[in-house]
This record gives sequence, structure tokens and C-alpha cells, in this order.
Amino acid sequence: MDGEQLPAEHKLRNFNINFGPQHPAAHGVLRLVLELDGEIVERVDPHIGLLHRGTEKLMESRTYLQNLPYFDRLDYVAPMNQEHAWCLAIERLTGTPVPRRAQLIRVLFCEIGRILSHLLNVTTQAMDVGALTPPLWGFEEREKLMVFYERACGARLHAAYFRPGGVHCDLPPDLLDDIVAWCDPFLEVLDDLEGLLTDNRIFKQRNVDIGVVSLETAQAYGFSGVMVRGSGWAWDLRRAQPYECYDEFDFLIPVGKHGDCYDRYLCRMEEMRESVKIMRQAVEKLAQCQGEDVLHRGKIGPPRRGDMKTSMEALIHHFKLYTEGFHVPEGEIYAAVEAPKGEFGVYLVADGTNRPYRAKIRAPGFPHLAALDHIGVGHQLADVSAILGSLDIVFGEIDR
Amino acid sequence: MSEELIELGAYIESATPDAVFSAAVTRGELTVQCAPEGIVSLLTFLRDDPGCRFTTLVDICGVDWPEREKRFDVVYHLLSMQANQRVRVKVAVREDQIVPSVIGVFPAADWFERECFDMYGVMFSGHPDLRRLLTDYGFRGHPMRKDFPTTGYVEVRYDEAEKRVVYEPVNLVQEYRLFDFMSPWEGAEYILPGDEKTEKKGAA
Repeated sequence: MDGEQLPAEHKLRNFNINFGPQHPAAHGVLRLVLELDGEIVERVDPHIGLLHRGTEKLMESRTYLQNLPYFDRLDYVAPMNQEHAWCLAIERLTGTPVPRRAQLIRVLFCEIGRILSHLLNVTTQAMDVGALTPPLWGFEEREKLMVFYERACGARLHAAYFRPGGVHCDLPPDLLDDIVAWCDPFLEVLDDLEGLLTDNRIFKQRNVDIGVVSLETAQAYGFSGVMVRGSGWAWDLRRAQPYECYDEFDFLIPVGKHGDCYDRYLCRMEEMRESVKIMRQAVEKLAQCQGEDVLHRGKIGPPRRGDMKTSMEALIHHFKLYTEGFHVPEGEIYAAVEAPKGEFGVYLVADGTNRPYRAKIRAPGFPHLAALDHIGVGHQLADVSAILGSLDIVFGEIDR
Repeated sequence: MSEELIELGAYIESATPDAVFSAAVTRGELTVQCAPEGIVSLLTFLRDDPGCRFTTLVDICGVDWPEREKRFDVVYHLLSMQANQRVRVKVAVREDQIVPSVIGVFPAADWFERECFDMYGVMFSGHPDLRRLLTDYGFRGHPMRKDFPTTGYVEVRYDEAEKRVVYEPVNLVQEYRLFDFMSPWEGAEYILPGDEKTEKKGAA
């Protein structure tokens, strides 16, 4: 074809750009290949896998308990919620009951995880669209929450606190009081954050009617969590398929109307308030069952330290549990929890040995990011980072 | 809950007899076994039938059973938000067999099938873009297969002389350690040191 004879506009072609993998708005290591027509995005091709660590492969050669810490490293923003799914899968396969106090502690820390995750997402999404102050305020609260994590289990991030059959150890005595004391000032911080963002003209210009997800899209593309609730369906696994003792708690499920980035932001802000409500109830309930055991002692849970000093059987049992590990009966199970980002599921195939035959991790961010091409097309380049922010992407869980 | 699932399983089995081998409820979960050829029609039925309405595809994953003739299981997890039910559909395929893609039924299948192809080498026909997803550009092999070593075959490092990243065969400083915790009384398959005679005695 002879280019010189064609009119000028025929010589134009779409422009391909590379977004990431080192772009601050890529939320980690995401490479996007974008095809642009001027400012308008024509095609989005996310290249993932830059953080792939082969978690599922590694899990096949480790015992069930050794695999637990891998779950902290998936969605490292809310570690305990992931551990929860793994513990639920094992407990359902082995038929292990969980003591009530352990259930309440799990609920308490899952809600802390939800707040951790939403705080990070809401504030960094605000940063993606140009606001600098929210992340600074949000991270201050995250810091306090991570101190709670540390006081419960000794680690700020990679907790390894939930165990099959309960939690690793009981909470220190004054931790619950400090958590309650944290709640009210935190609600004020949320008010402040909302004051900065909710009616902010720039924030609304960047988010309202951007990345609209209809309910049909949400179902066809396998969305879950806030991505469905933002579109107006009150779907929450904590309510719909209650696990642990969530059915005892009184909380509301915020839903959006339009399914755009702004509604998802509002949902997350409201969910944090609901989480604080659940935390308060959990602390109240915990006060009623003080001193009870937090781990089901038996074939799966290790014996108490005190017993090990006096009982030979307990010592042997402890040794066997931490070398060979426990055996899980043959079978398969799918256990899902409502993680902050959506439905986090574990599909576990056990073959009766001390190691999982196959463990598939269903990360909520995976289908969300896969749909970026569908959601992002037709938007401007700058909107892609706003949409990406509101999808709530963490690469630890997507790349596994 | 369980009776409902059993009824639902029987209903699915009777409505799609040519695709479904069996439907069973174990541990409160409904599992449907299906032929590869019938997967698209079965999932379409599960999505559209007013008695099922499984409108969300939660997950697709592979499972490797090297000793089986049909080596791989492709496992589909579906969720119905309307009826608040879940169903698992399993398809057993041979290594060289091609599974029809369900991307036309559920667009969400796109990346799930790409991951399954990447990890297990299961081919999906009708998928518009069956590239590798999680592994490196130019990666060889399918890492989740049981015969693929956990350490892999190649490792990368930055070469100062060539000023680029180079690929080399894996060099392990110590042998990969895989502990066998089976006690000798519970059917260890290796020969106990000093116990070789028993084997010979049995043979003779």
C-alpha cells in the first residue's frame, strides 16, 4: 500500500502502550498492554504471573499444617481471611468441631482483616486518582490494627494464627479492651476520610460513572464481594452461606446502585463501619466465654504445653503432629469465605495422606482482573487506573 | 439442604441424560460427572434452566491423576446466587483429548481455561486466545503435572557480562528434600537399611 497517496487519517493507527510492571498505579506487578485510539482504550491485555511462586505446586509436597503460612502470602493485605478458608476446608473434611471461643476470635480477626484490606484499597485508589492525604491517614490506622495482629500471634503480617480446629493460642488479657477502645476513634477517622473524599469534586469526577458493572456482567464474569454488591445485589457469603458463627451477628450488607467505581468506594466505606459493629459484638461474646479452650485438642490439634510436661502420650502426639502431621481422609471439598475482596475459595482434594493431593486456590481478584478488558474498553487511559484501583487487586493472590 | 441437593442432582441427571454420567452428594456438595463432549450443553442447561440458575462460574481447575487412563480431571465450580446453591462438574479427559471451551457460556472461563492449559496442558477448543497465563514468557512444560519436578528445569539470573537475564539448567546446592513421614509399620515402600534380606527371602 502506498502511504503517500492516502489521506492523512488513513495513515493513523492505534497506539500500543505498556502500563507497568513498575507503575505505582498497577498495585504491584501488573503489566498491561493497552491499545489506544487517541485517549480512548480499545483493548486491554493484562499480563500476569510476575509474582507467580507456584504456591499450589509447593503445597502438594508439604503437610497440611506447613501449608497454612502460604495463605498469609496470598492476599498479604488481609492474611487471616485466607487462612480461614484453608482451616475450614480441613475441618470439613476431617469433621473437626471448632470451640466457640476460637470461632469468635476468628470472626474478630477476620473483620480486622476486612478493615485492613478496605483501608488500603480505598485510600490507595484515592491516591491513584490524585489524592495524597487519605493513604497517610489510612496507613496510620492499619498500623494500629497490625499491632493487634502482633499482640495476638506475634507477627504483624504473616500471622499463621488460625489453625485447623481453632486458633493457635488465646488472646492476651487486655487486648480485647484495647480493640474496643480503638473502635470509636476509628469511626472518627472514617468520618474524616469520608469528609475528604465522598463529596470531593475531583474524586467524584474521576469515579462516578467510571467502570460501570451491570449485574449481568458481574454474574457472567464470575464476580463476587464488593464487585457484586456495588451493582446492587446484597450477596455476601457471611449472610448467604454462613460459616463459623456469622449467623449470630447483627450486621447490614451495604449495596450500591450504579455499579461504578464510586459506588464500590461507598460500599467499602460502609462495610468498614459494619465490620466495627461485628467486632464489638464479637468482643462482647468473647467476654462471656473467658478461659475456654481455643483449639480442638485431638487428632488434629496439638496438646497443651502443660500436658506435655507431664504426659508421655501428649509429648509423642505433639512430636508426631509437627513432623508427620495429621492425615486427612480421602475426599474433596470446596470451602469458601467472604474475604474482603470477594469469594476466596479452596478446592482441596485429599488422598488420605498427610499432604494435600491437590489444592486449588480460588482468588477473588482473578476473575475481576480477567474482566478488565470488558470493563475498561471505551474508557480513557486515565480511567484505567481508577478502575484498576476499584477492582481491589492484590497480586499475591492472583499470581499465587 | 442435603435432600434439596439430591433432588437437584436427580433432576440434572434426568434432564441431560446424554451428557451426565452420575450425580452424587458427598459432604453436602453436589458433584456431577460429565463427558467432555457434553460440557457446553450441560453448563448452558445449568445456567439457563429455571430449576438450576447457576449463573456464576466460580472456578475451573485441573487435577492430575497420572496412573489413570483419563489422566486429567477438569473441575468446574458453579454458584447460583438466586437459589444459593453450588454444584461441581467434573470432566475426565485423556492427555491428548481436547475439551470444548465454555467461554461462550461463561466469559469468566477465559482466564480459568488459560490457567488450566498453562498448568496441566489440557487443550480447550474454541478458546480464542489460549496462551500461557501465569508462567514466564517462553516457558516449557506444564508445572502442575505430577511428573514435573517442584524445582523446575531452568533457573534465571542476571548475567553481568552479557548484560541480560540468562536461563540455565537448575543447579541445586543440595538435593531437593522430600521427607517421607510414613512409619515403617504403616507401609513404607522403601527398603529399610539392614532389612534387605527379607526381600530376597520372599523372592526365593
